[in-house]
Amino acid sequence: MSSTEGPPLSAYRRREQSITLSPLEDHPDGAHADVTEELLTLNFGPHHPATHGVLRLLVTLQGEVVRDIKPIIGYVHTGIEKTAEDKAYWKVIPVVERMDYLSYYFNAMAYCGAVERLMEVEVPKRGQYLRVIHLELNRIASHLIWLGTSALDLGAVSIFLYCLRERELILDLFEMSSGARMHTRYFQVGGVIEDIPPGFPAKVREFLKIMPKRADEYGAILNSNEILLQRLRGTCPLDSETLLGLGVSGPLLRAAGNPWDLRKADPYSSYDDFDFKIPVGTVGDNYDRFAVRLAEIYESVKIIGQALDGLPEGPHITEDRKVALPPRHELATSMEALIHHFKLVTEGFRVPPGEVYNPIESPRGELGCYVRSDGSSKPARVHMRDPSFVNLQALAHMARGSYIADMVATVAMLDPILGGIDR
Amino acid sequence: MPDATGLELLAKDLGGAALETVYFREQATILIDPAEIRPVLRALRDRGFSFLASVHGVDHYPEEPRLGVVYELLDMRRVDRVAVKLRVGIDAPEVDSVTAEWPTANHQEREIYDMFGVVFRDHPDLRRILMPEDYEGHPQRRDFPVGGEPVIFTRDERKWLEARE
Repeated sequence: MSSTEGPPLSAYRRREQSITLSPLEDHPDGAHADVTEELLTLNFGPHHPATHGVLRLLVTLQGEVVRDIKPIIGYVHTGIEKTAEDKAYWKVIPVVERMDYLSYYFNAMAYCGAVERLMEVEVPKRGQYLRVIHLELNRIASHLIWLGTSALDLGAVSIFLYCLRERELILDLFEMSSGARMHTRYFQVGGVIEDIPPGFPAKVREFLKIMPKRADEYGAILNSNEILLQRLRGTCPLDSETLLGLGVSGPLLRAAGNPWDLRKADPYSSYDDFDFKIPVGTVGDNYDRFAVRLAEIYESVKIIGQALDGLPEGPHITEDRKVALPPRHELATSMEALIHHFKLVTEGFRVPPGEVYNPIESPRGELGCYVRSDGSSKPARVHMRDPSFVNLQALAHMARGSYIADMVATVAMLDPILGGIDR
Repeated sequence: MPDATGLELLAKDLGGAALETVYFREQATILIDPAEIRPVLRALRDRGFSFLASVHGVDHYPEEPRLGVVYELLDMRRVDRVAVKLRVGIDAPEVDSVTAEWPTANHQEREIYDMFGVVFRDHPDLRRILMPEDYEGHPQRRDFPVGGEPVIFTRDERKWLEARE
């Protein structure tokens, strides 16, 4: 980039536009003698359909080969972590849900889990199972959006419509259990806000019957799409060692053959009660990333089925009236319930001082919530270690030295959610 | 998690770098001397805590030293976590960057710089990451007001521009 006209660049701009060239022997065709020596800086995004949100990439190209990528983020920064410090603990749940807007149940789970750990609240077994059912439904919904939009980037248009069709079924289930399709506020500190309505398990089972068949269809369509396969197979691989150094977790790490999954390794919310497998890839290229996520849909279906079969009776939220709202009918008869209700709604509960980090496995990797309490009824610090934010750093390492078309495929397989990246 | 005894042993191995250990809610935290961050992370890496899961900032306002940086380490083989924490004062918030050896810290250190104003020495690319480049202040500090930001609508854009001049 040489600009001779206009005002001089600020130090910030100079660093933003500085480039770290990858070695040329990485040229995908091996023959780099005839490659033009001229470098081209291309601004990619923030408003580009292939960036899956308002992601901006400064891409340095040599011919069609990517030599460097600088991601520029912050376009949808909404200051949610700051907002959370100004709200009572239970009022933080709806705002954190809006961070990673495709996996809202996971955000709520990470946050509620952290607060429960601070307060040493035990979630009843039924509450844990209901959480698992919703988390896994949400994982499927998130993967469906990823699959549909990614396939769209790679030239397979119809699959997008099929994926949204199945996602609609999941959103209907969310509406049935919580009244809202997205950002449901269903998880509360201590359990879930309401028990599931009658008829919900039957509806979920209906969905579980449909979903594997539909996933088979997606696999059949995409795995016989020669264009898509050529764009995925062998493109932009990265080994497990480098990925670990970059802090990458989730399906991207599993695609490289590392079977790390917090649901198995460090089970929370009764995940150890269920029998499921962790799909892993072999070489860690874009095809493996695609295949691992598609296989995860089947495993989630299995988990939901087992959770429904084994759904225990009992309370769905902790009976501790200092933490959870009393049932509605008690308010008319019990003075104590009314006092608890009033205290919780006006001030909220107080949390003992301390700090915890609560990691869970989101559809994109390790989603950790760090909460620091100073003893008041509002958190002193809420931080989300969002997997999209950390995984984005791997993009330059994956795509350097490949063609720009492969970079588009890699962004799609990275599954970045800008709401989670910018928070 | 290492248990309370395991944490003490770990801290003893670190020698003088470890100032304090906190075992809270089955989570282990070692408070260390800010100058020793690289040797400490290296020593812990040799003990298996090789995955740097998260780096984040925290403001202890009004306690001194105010700013904190937390490094969440993970041992994937033994499934064990330990947090390393350091505290720096607001007047000279400088910490050594660990990006050279833990590339995952790159964006996360930039976020801490952006939000808390902690300067990471030897960071390859230390600039704001989420806030605009001309933004003043560090919004996640506890004494930074909420709602202090003027919302500029089209109808009074001119008025704001004039007020700035």
